[in-house]
Amino acid sequence: MTLTAALETALAVLVLGAATWAVVARAAFAATVGFVSYGLLLALVWVQLAAIDVALTEVAIGSGLTGVLLLSVSARLSVTEAATSAGPGLALRLLAALGCAAISAALAVAILTLPDPTPSLAPEVMAALPATGVGNPVTGVLMAFRGFDTLLEKIVLVLALIGVWSLAPDRYWGGRPTSLYMRPRDSVLPFFARTLPPLGVLLGLHLMWVGADAPGGAFPGGTVLAATWLIVMMASLRHTPAIGSSWLRLGIISGPAVFLVVGAAGLLVAGAFLAYPVDYAKPLIILIEVPMLLTIALVLGLLVAGPPDSAEGGS
Amino acid sequence: MTTVTLFGLCGAILVGLGLYSTLIHPQPLRKLIGFNLLGSGIFLIFGVIARRGAWSGVGGDPVPQALVITGIVVAFAGTALAAGLLLRLFEETGTATLESPRAVDPASDRSEP
Repeated sequence: MTLTAALETALAVLVLGAATWAVVARAAFAATVGFVSYGLLLALVWVQLAAIDVALTEVAIGSGLTGVLLLSVSARLSVTEAATSAGPGLALRLLAALGCAAISAALAVAILTLPDPTPSLAPEVMAALPATGVGNPVTGVLMAFRGFDTLLEKIVLVLALIGVWSLAPDRYWGGRPTSLYMRPRDSVLPFFARTLPPLGVLLGLHLMWVGADAPGGAFPGGTVLAATWLIVMMASLRHTPAIGSSWLRLGIISGPAVFLVVGAAGLLVAGAFLAYPVDYAKPLIILIEVPMLLTIALVLGLLVAGPPDSAEGGS
Repeated sequence: MTTVTLFGLCGAILVGLGLYSTLIHPQPLRKLIGFNLLGSGIFLIFGVIARRGAWSGVGGDPVPQALVITGIVVAFAGTALAAGLLLRLFEETGTATLESPRAVDPASDRSEP
C-alpha cells in the first residue's frame, strides 16, 4: 500500500468515525461537535477528489456556518434533553438499521459498477470556457453554463430567510434578532471581533475575485464575510440589523435582482435568457457576482441570526 | 482500492448512517444532523462521479462539482429554516419533540354529558 493510499484509508476511517459519533453520541451537543469535525475532515476528502472549490464551500458552509447554527440550537435546547423519550425500541432500531444498510449496499453496488469511461461534460466545458473569459471551470459552470441554477439558488436563499423571519411573533416584526448577542465579559471574543474584520473582509473579497481563475468564488467569499459580520455581532460590538430596514432588504435582493436584469437583457442582446454577448461575458459575470456576494453574505449571516425577537429598531 | 472507489463507498455508508439517524432519533435536532449527513453522503457520491470524469487539464467534471456547491448552500438554507421552526416549537410548547401530546382517552369523552 502506498503512502497516499494509506493516508486516504485513514481519512475515510476518520470521516466515518466522526459521522458515527454524530449519530450515536448520547448528548446532542456532543453529536453536534462530532458533526463539525466530520465536516472539516470531509473537506480533506474533497481536496483528495481534486475539487478545491467544493472543499472551500464545505469548510465554510457545510461545517462552519451549519456548525454555528446547530451548536447554538443544541445549547438552547439542552434543557429539554432529559425529558425526551428514549426513542423506538430495539426491534424497530434493528429494522431501521437493516433498511439503511440495504440502501448503503445498493449505492455501493452502483458505485462499483459505474460505467468506464465515465460520461463527462468536462471536454465541452473546457471547449466553451474561453468564450466566458473565466479561467476556473467551476465558476464558468456556476456563472455561465448553469447560471439558471445559481439564479434559482439565490432565490431559494431569500425564500429561506423570509421563512425564518416569518417565524417571529407579530409584536417583533421589523425588529432585531438578538439571540446572537453573547455579552462576553472576560473573553477573547471582543478582541477577536476587533482584530479579525479587516482580515476577514480582505479574505472574503480575495476569494470572490480569484474565483474567476482559481479555486474560490462568491460562495466561500460571501461565507467568510458573513462569518466576520457574525463575530462582530456576537461580541455585541454592532447591533444586528432591524429586519424592517429598507437598505437591508435592498441589499438582500440585489443579487438575484441584478442576475434577473442581466438575464433578461441577454434575451434582447444575445438571443436567450441568461445568455451573455461574447465580448462582454467577463464584465457581466463580475457585475452579477458583486451584488451576489452581498446577498450571500447578508442572507447567510441573517439565517444564523434567526428571526427577530425584540421590537427594538422596528418601525 | 482506488481513491474514487474508497470515497465512493464512504459516501454510500454516510447515506445509510444519515438516514438511520433521521429515522431513529426522537429529537428533531438529531434528525437535522442526520439529514445533513445524508446530504453530504450524496454530495460525496457526486464528487466521486465528477472525479471519474477527469479530463486533460481538469481534475474532475466541473458540472457535478458546481451542482454540489449549489447543493451545500441550499442544504444550509433548509437547515436554518428547520432550526428556526424547532426553536419556535420550543418557545411555544417548552418541549423539543415531534411526538404528539397524549391522545385524549375516548372513554373520558363518552362520560361527558
